[in-house]
This record gives sequence, structure tokens and C-alpha cells, in this order.
Amino acid sequence: MVEIEAVRGKGAREDNNRRIPENGSPVKIHAHNFSFFYGDHLALRNVSLEIRHNQLFTIMGPSGSGKTTFLRALNRLGDLIPNTRHEGSLKIDGTDVYDSRTDIAELRRNVGMVFALPVALPMSIFSNVAHGPRMQGVRHQKELEEIVEKALRDAILWDEVKDRLSDNASRLSGGQLQRLSIARVLALEPEIILLDEPTSGLDPISTLRIEELLWELVERYTIVLVTHNPLQAARIDSRTAFFLMGELIETGSAYDIFTRPKDKRTEDYVSGKFG
Amino acid sequence: MTDRQITLLFAGITGLTVLILVFIIGYVMINGLPGLTLQFLLESPREMGRTGGVFPAIVGTVLLTGIALIIAAPVGILTAVYLTEYTRDTWLPKIVRFGTESLAGIPSIIFGLFGFLFFVIYLDLGWSVLSGALTLSAMILPTIVRTSEEAIRAVPDAYREASFALGSTRWQTVTSVVLPSAKPGIMTGVILAIGRAIGETAAVIFTAGSSLRLPRTLLDSTRTLPVHFYILAREGISLENAYSTALVLILLILAINIAAYTIMDRLAKKES
Repeated sequence: MVEIEAVRGKGAREDNNRRIPENGSPVKIHAHNFSFFYGDHLALRNVSLEIRHNQLFTIMGPSGSGKTTFLRALNRLGDLIPNTRHEGSLKIDGTDVYDSRTDIAELRRNVGMVFALPVALPMSIFSNVAHGPRMQGVRHQKELEEIVEKALRDAILWDEVKDRLSDNASRLSGGQLQRLSIARVLALEPEIILLDEPTSGLDPISTLRIEELLWELVERYTIVLVTHNPLQAARIDSRTAFFLMGELIETGSAYDIFTRPKDKRTEDYVSGKFG
Repeated sequence: MTDRQITLLFAGITGLTVLILVFIIGYVMINGLPGLTLQFLLESPREMGRTGGVFPAIVGTVLLTGIALIIAAPVGILTAVYLTEYTRDTWLPKIVRFGTESLAGIPSIIFGLFGFLFFVIYLDLGWSVLSGALTLSAMILPTIVRTSEEAIRAVPDAYREASFALGSTRWQTVTSVVLPSAKPGIMTGVILAIGRAIGETAAVIFTAGSSLRLPRTLLDSTRTLPVHFYILAREGISLENAYSTALVLILLILAINIAAYTIMDRLAKKES
């Protein structure tokens, strides 16, 4: 209990609302009539939305609403599944991610992704974080050490693991592992971080820690968070979009969405009538 | 039947299995140990093997198996990588899998016949270490492909996704994430293949010949331990030395297994 209070005390929730850039900062991600198909199955239908620089953007919706599909389109991880296609445009900094000239590896380094199930790559804690930079060609041990320390500090994991960096990463707890996943992404210094239900397998304390972390990271990154839990969207209290059955129902500040939803379906979802 | 009875039944069956194994090895040991001296290991055979040792056969066995492995292991593992990581959802892996399964079931003497006609006669390599090793590598290739493929398939897709999401290419993902996680399974397959190659008689006698001299080049004929054992027993030259040869073979396999698992353990410890 004490620990929950301590964690909660760190964030100044009241200030967070004011940090949400509404119109001030430039558009980072722009989807226009974006649709996505798995074979004949339409998973996303005509989604249009804007996400701004250094914005924490939450996408909520029940299973099968297309929110993960949208996230996986942004770094083209959806390409790994055969027989997919898209329509419409999906731009990052004005360039379509599906442009034939896009370097996919480069795109994925720039648009980092954290998964629902925390994954420890089968190697040490250090190597997990150093993996991305190494694949990019960073060989110098000193340089790698600096990158790893900074990423682990930024993911608020450094103090817990600094004495056992050579341990196998699978020995970490679920919450630590998810922060390690975030550190792994941070090590590549991306501009955008995508998180796909990053707390779905975590205990409440670890969940709060990650949520607090997001508000710290958004100072430097654009963050898109996907959650199936409306309560989490309310807690995060950022700009929020509601997806349902492949469609974007509405977008607004969490406050507006939860207190005066424009659509009946949004109201039913946030009040717990389904989901 | 109650759980207790089932447990007893299974314990009995397991006991029987162990007993048969112990009996066979024990029988070979009792008959082979008296002749197993340092001279037997280090000397060349005399009088067709009636006296003397088995040193050239030990060398021939290790050479043949080693070269077969050097050829078959990389080819087999890379084939498995190609089938699982690059062509997963196409018809190719299915056909190759059917082919490897069929090949794995073919009696080794057929490989011997093929090796004799193709390597010994057609390519004119003669009865030689090289012909034998090439034949053995063809024989163990299906085992290595099959076990490696299964080990690679067992690597969770989440590892691959996490690696791709960090901007790794497919090849980087294969070398840095997939193969290290599949390594124990691949090693098990390689050890099985070694076991199959080292004890092989039929495929080797037609291709490497049965020379009793120490091979000086890869084109020299040689005799492996199983072939030596077979000739000693079959032609009634010396049953005592045949048993001692069999014991040397068993000990060699044991040593290789222990070495392989020690290496694997070390590798595993290094990573954790």
C-alpha cells in the first residue's frame, strides 16, 4: 500500500492535462482513410486521425477493434503476416510508411514497439538493450555501455539491474522485463514509441510504474499506447481515441471521452456496458 | 488399474529397458576388456587383425565421421534455416520435409551402393576416406535437417517479432536470436547424427574400403572400427579382438557424447 502511494506521489497528475499538446505542436502521425485487410477480412476501416509531436496518445477499444492492427501498421510489423494489404494513407512526418522507398529496418528503429507479453531475448540483460544498436553496427564496447546505461536509466530499471547486467534477462520479473523492453527500444533513440497493451500481464504496482514512466518519456518522444482497459485510459488521462470493430468512433481528451462522449457506443464502453 | 499398479508396471518396463542395455554393454565389456590394453589402442593390426591393435581403425573412424560432419552440419543447418525462416508458408518446405523423412528411412546399405557407384566409380575417388565421408554426410544430412528444423520452429515467434521491431534484418534475427535459442536442439540432432555415422558399417565398407594401413591422404582407403569388427567376426579371424574393437567403439561414442554435452553445458552457462 505504502509503495502504491509512493509511486502515485511521483507524478503530478493535475499538471499532466496541461502537457497534452492539442494544436500547438506539429503533426507527427497522420492517417487518412486508412484501411487494413487480412486476406478478405477488413480489420481497419477508413481510419483518419492525427497524432502530434510529443503527444501521449491512447487508443482504447475491446478485442478485435483494430487497435493493434493500427499500431502494427505504423512500424510495418503487419508485413510479417502474409496476405495483407492496405488502402488510404498513413504518414509519419509527411512520408507514407508504405512508400516503396521506405527502408523498413530504418522505420522500425525510428518507430519502436513494446509488446503485450514482455519478451526477454535469449541473452543477457546488457545484450538485450545493446541488441538494437549492435544490429545497427555499433561495435565499440564503451559506446555500447553508455547507450545501455542511459536507456536503462531512462526506463527506470538501472538501479535494479546495474549489478547483474550479465545475468540472463529471463530471470527478471514481469514488470522489470517490460521496462527492459522499453529500454531496448529507447537504446535506438526512436522518435515514436508504440506500446501494445504493455501492462496487460503486470501487477498493479508495475502497471502504475509503467504509466508514470510514459508521462516522463513523452517529454522526448511521441507515444502511442494501446489498451483494452478503459480504466487505464482514464488513469493515463491523455488524448484518447476509441476504436470499435475496425472503426475509429471518436477522438478527444480522456476527460471529454469519459464525461461527455459524443457517441452512444463510446458511452456504453466507458461505462462498462460491454468490452 | 490403480495409480500404484500403473506406476509399478511402468517402473518394470523401464527397468527391463535398462536391463537389456546393461546386459549388452556388460557382455561386450566382459568379452572385450581382457584384450583392451594400451598397445591395442596404439598399435597397427598384424596378421589381418589376429594380433596387434586398432589404431588405424580409430583414426579412420574419427576422420570419416569428422569430415562427414564438417560437410553435413553446415549444409543441414542452413537448409533448415532456409526452410523455416525464408520459405515457411510455401510448398517447398513440405516437399523437402517429405524428402528428408523418406531419406532418413532408407537402409544405409542403399547409401553404400549409391556412394560406391557415384563417388568411388563415377567420380573416380576410389575406396577412400573422402568417398566414405561424402557417403556418410549424405546419410546423416536428413537427420540434421529434420532435427534442426524442429528446433528452429520451436523458437517462439515473439523473439523474432521483438528482433524485427528493433530494426533487425531477417539474417540478423536468425544469427543473433533464432539460432542461439535453437542451439541445444540443433546440437542434439548433430549428436544423433554422429552416433549414426560412427557406428555405420554397410555404407562405409563399400566406399572407404577396408585397408588396414593408416590413411596418409584423404584419397587413401581406410577401415573404420565397425568394419574392422565385422571382418574380424565374420571371417573368424579373432573373436577376442572383435569384442575389444566393439568396446573401443562404445567407449569412443561415450567420449564423444560426454564431450558434446560438456561443450553444450559450457555454452549454456556462458549465456546465463
